[in-house]
Amino acid sequence: MSERVAVRKTYKLFIGGKFPRSESGRSYIVQDANVALSSRKDARDAVVAARAAVKGWAGATAYNRGQILYRVAEMLEGRREQFVALGVPADEVDAAIDRWVWYAGWSDKLAQVYGGANPVAGPYFNLSAPEPTGVVAVVAPEAPALLGLVSVIAPAIVTGNTVVVAASPAQPLAAVTLAEVLATSDLPGGVVNILTGRLSETVPTLAGHMDVNAIDLTGVADAELAADLEVKAAQNLKRVLRPAPVDHDWFADPGIARMTTLLETKTVWHPKGV
Amino acid sequence: MTATATSARSDLSELGRSETALRTFLHGLPGVDQVGAEQRAAQLGTRSIKTTAKAQAIDLAIRMVDLTTLEGADTPGKVRALAAKAVRPDPADPSCPHVGAVCVYPSMVPYVAEVLRGTGVHLASVATAFPSGQAPLEIKLADVRAAVEAGADEIDMVINRSAFLAGRYKEVYDEIVATKSACGDAHLKVILETGELATYDNVRRASWLAMLAGGDFIKTSTGKVPVAATLPVSLVMLEAVRDFRAATGRQVGVKPAGGIKTTKDAIKYLVMVNETVGADWLDPDWFRFGASSLLNDLLMQRTKLTTGVYSGPDYFTLD
Repeated sequence: MSERVAVRKTYKLFIGGKFPRSESGRSYIVQDANVALSSRKDARDAVVAARAAVKGWAGATAYNRGQILYRVAEMLEGRREQFVALGVPADEVDAAIDRWVWYAGWSDKLAQVYGGANPVAGPYFNLSAPEPTGVVAVVAPEAPALLGLVSVIAPAIVTGNTVVVAASPAQPLAAVTLAEVLATSDLPGGVVNILTGRLSETVPTLAGHMDVNAIDLTGVADAELAADLEVKAAQNLKRVLRPAPVDHDWFADPGIARMTTLLETKTVWHPKGV
Repeated sequence: MTATATSARSDLSELGRSETALRTFLHGLPGVDQVGAEQRAAQLGTRSIKTTAKAQAIDLAIRMVDLTTLEGADTPGKVRALAAKAVRPDPADPSCPHVGAVCVYPSMVPYVAEVLRGTGVHLASVATAFPSGQAPLEIKLADVRAAVEAGADEIDMVINRSAFLAGRYKEVYDEIVATKSACGDAHLKVILETGELATYDNVRRASWLAMLAGGDFIKTSTGKVPVAATLPVSLVMLEAVRDFRAATGRQVGVKPAGGIKTTKDAIKYLVMVNETVGADWLDPDWFRFGASSLLNDLLMQRTKLTTGVYSGPDYFTLD
């Protein structure tokens, strides 16, 4: 009998819950694997998918979103070995799983911490409630490959936003493998979309896109590019998260700023009856 | 003109006189190769139209849109807003052309007419007991006359599918002739409702029947049944209008309607028109899109080409 030939995997994009190749048909070799090289049209398609998912995801109950994020942690736990095989240190995988659980817990608590009743001078109840901002473009940090990625995706989606993530060009395998975890975690298609390839092709398109509501520049290392992206983002007043400092400790308590930056506050005045 | 062409012409005008002659002629039309038509349509859909060609295609497609609202919930205010949008689709860009026509129910025609007067945008109204066409002929004709009197200059009629599918071609023919005469000067678009005709052969027969009876346009669908315009159906209809002009010298327009939602779809149709019947039909007088959401996608793509960044639905009106 002849020797078995191993099946080599092509790492594809994650758009709208599916794994398409790049519309351009291109790929590049990185981390010893073939990875799709996305074009600006893939970025456009991803935004369309993310926009379509906003209504259902933002409309789901906070409790339900929390359950789904917890489910992601469960699925990730089962694939621990796969990430270790990609070169992700075991303690980083653990931290990534714990981070999903940590953010899952915030889903139905953030509104209590960040919203609330405002004292006003009049016979009114005045209530502020945080609401998701919509479609968020995210540039994932290059390292740590898995924990960094989870630490930018989870805070954006836990509140009801949908995301288009530009994965790190040098470390895309963890991102595509995470997409396989997300696809099997009851997360509705389109809530997380992942693009691999050069940042210079996809991110400026996302920053200028009028149907993107916020952009997280965490993984942009080039200060000049970051400034250019902020200018583009200003076109439709996107909310912007600035690039992370080089020495940022991803293992530390992340705080709630990543979540709150990607929220809008709705304030309601209600007359007080007797 | 040759003697055979002249005699062919007179033959065709005689067809409407008898049921037998019509049946013999329609059933004598060559059958449609279903696989071939679908492959051809799919192949034409793969053309890549970019940059300046795309800009031209988008502007042409905007000029060809019959901006349509056919809902029970239409109000005078809503159709007025739609008419205003038809005249100036993109308020931010004066260079954006106006659409071909506004298409509404007869009771909404007067409100639209006020807005469209003098703008060059046509006013189409569906009539003849749209969308089913299941009403006595007198009522259908009264429907048409009322729409024309109220100011419609294009009438979209539905054929009697019940009679057509039962094989009573003469009845369908006579209804179209009667509707055409009730239209007066208004253009008559004949809706075949291809989603209910079941086969491409029937689509070809219905196209010829509508053209023989004097229709100025043949239109695929009402948009009220699950299967609306498709590329292969439109291909069959385009071939019919091409052959009809070759046989009679009269040019008939084509209007696919329903289910055309994106710029990409619209451009596929334009490619097919150009490849099947030629540039003579690449004009709003001869080709229209019955659509409502298509216009916003065309405007978004147009904005992308002029500004360089992708636009979003937030920046365009909902209807």
